[in-house]
Amino acid sequence: MSRTTLAALALLLGAPALAQSGLPPAPLAYTQLPDPAQEAEAKALMNTLRCLVCQGQSIADSDAEMAGDMRALVRERIAQGEKPEAVRAWLIERYGSYVSYDPPLDAATLPLWIAPLVLLAAGILLARRSIRRRRRA
Amino acid sequence: MKRWLFWVPLAAFVVLVIVVALNLRPTDTTVRSRLVGKPLPAFTLAASVPGKPGLSDAAFRDGKPKLLNVFASWCVPCLAEAPKLLRLQEAGADIRAVAIRDRSADVERFLAENGDPYAAIGDDPTSQVQLALGSSGVPETFVIDGKGIIRAQHIGDIRDSDVPELLRTLEAAR
Repeated sequence: MSRTTLAALALLLGAPALAQSGLPPAPLAYTQLPDPAQEAEAKALMNTLRCLVCQGQSIADSDAEMAGDMRALVRERIAQGEKPEAVRAWLIERYGSYVSYDPPLDAATLPLWIAPLVLLAAGILLARRSIRRRRRA
Repeated sequence: MKRWLFWVPLAAFVVLVIVVALNLRPTDTTVRSRLVGKPLPAFTLAASVPGKPGLSDAAFRDGKPKLLNVFASWCVPCLAEAPKLLRLQEAGADIRAVAIRDRSADVERFLAENGDPYAAIGDDPTSQVQLALGSSGVPETFVIDGKGIIRAQHIGDIRDSDVPELLRTLEAAR
C-alpha cells in the first residue's frame, strides 16, 4: 500500500471532534405533539426562535443538539397549555431579544419602525409642494 | 425650492455612514445570559454519578458563594479547563456542576482521567437547566453568591489568566 493511500485511510479513520454528545435527542425534539393545533402553535413559534449555536438558523431548521433541546422545551411548554408568547418571553428573559426573530419594539428597534413613516411623510410633503408649484406655473 | 434642500439627502446619507462606521466592530456572536444579577432559576437535578449528590438551586442559598460549572464529558474545551477547575478548588472554591447530555459512566471516566473538582454534579440529559440558566454552550461557569444570586458568567473554557479573576469575583460575592 502506498504512503498516500495510508495517509488517506488514516484521515478517514480519524474520529471527527464533534461537539455532540452520545445521548439520543430529547423525546419532543423530533416528535410532533399529538394535538395538531398545539403542534401548529409550537411550529410557528419554533420558526421565529434563533438557534444559539448555529446563529443564522431557527430552531425549527437546525439539527444542532441544542436546537433539538429547545424544540423539546417549546413543545413541552405548549403541551402544558402555555401561550407561545409566554414561552418566547421566558427565553428572552434568559438570552435577550437576540433569541427571537420577532424582536420587540424597544429603543434599538424603534428607528426601524419610525424611519419609513418619517421618510414617507417627507416624500408626500415634497410631492405636494412640487405639484402645487407646477399647477401655478 | 430652496437650494439647500437639495443637499439634505446627501447630508443624511453622510450622517448615516458616520453613525454606522462609528458602531462598526467585529461581530460578537457570544450570547450572554441575562440572568446575571438575578436569582438562580429553580431546578432539581438527579445525581450524575453514584456517590456524589445531585444538584438543586437550594444548594446555592446556604450563605457561601459557589461556582456553577456547566460541562460535559464529550466537550473538548472542558478537558482543557479541568486543571484550572482543580486549581480553583485548591484555592478554596466550592464548585458544583451540571453535566449536559451525559452518561454516568462517561462522566465517571472523565473525572477519573482529569480530576474531580466537583462537590456535586446534577444530570441534565436534555439541557433543560442549561436553557433555564441562559447558557448557550459548554463549558460555562457561573459565580453564585450565598443568596443564590448569579453574580457573573464566564463563557468558554477557563484559561490560566481567568483563575485570579474568578477567585476575586467569588471573594466579592461573599
